[in-house]
Amino acid sequence: MGLQAYLTLAAVVFCIGLFGVVTRRNAIGILLGIELMLNAVNINLVAFARFGGNVAGMVFTVFTICITVAEAALGLAIVILLFRIRRTVMADHLDLLKG
Amino acid sequence: MTGEPIAFWILSAVLVGSALAVVLSKNLFHAVLWLALALTGTAGIFLLLEAEFLAAVQLLLYAGGIITIVVFAIVVTERLVGERMSQTSRRLAGGGVVAAALAALLARAVWHQPLTMVRPPLADNLTQTVGEQVLTRFVLPFELLAVLMLAALVGAIYFARPED
Repeated sequence: MGLQAYLTLAAVVFCIGLFGVVTRRNAIGILLGIELMLNAVNINLVAFARFGGNVAGMVFTVFTICITVAEAALGLAIVILLFRIRRTVMADHLDLLKG
Repeated sequence: MTGEPIAFWILSAVLVGSALAVVLSKNLFHAVLWLALALTGTAGIFLLLEAEFLAAVQLLLYAGGIITIVVFAIVVTERLVGERMSQTSRRLAGGGVVAAALAALLARAVWHQPLTMVRPPLADNLTQTVGEQVLTRFVLPFELLAVLMLAALVGAIYFARPED
């Protein structure tokens, strides 16, 4: 399979993740969508690294995986904290900044 | 590599199908399990791209670590609220239009570029090269990442501390 096939697959998964982020009402569901989007970016990086013959893309993927894990842990900690204070994880109810 | 296209199509079907299930499933718990399948499928794609080390990292950190964290978060919040959380969606049409438009734009950009179709032969052991690059050329980002991990660790403990 050529590079285009991998890039198209990554684009499709990224857009599915975007769809999840836009439509989900639950904060944890939105986080799951973000995970899908970051995952699609990793496919892109590895495909470019392999087809371009440059290993830097794979090193960068190691970094993004680590940062994603930190992001997931902190995001869920924030969700739990929000839950204690506002008793909800629905993004629609978290409208303190609404004018 | 005659089996590569077949494996690619099977993995693509698994990945896209489970990704759709993640964003459309009503049950939040099921969505997390579908995400585990999607992340495992991505590890398979990494194997197809001959990045064995990344496939292993993907399985250990993503499919192992993140899924466990998310399941913990769901269990904790469900116990706090004392009821099952349903997973409803809103503005399905708008979200679908945005996602489809972006997908069309990205696919058009990808297929109009003069990209190479052949992969260069593997020069040497990729895992070894990645390890050497991390500790030589990319040593500064690597150390910054260690600081970030420490900050995330302290921050997560601070956020999740018991109420006083």
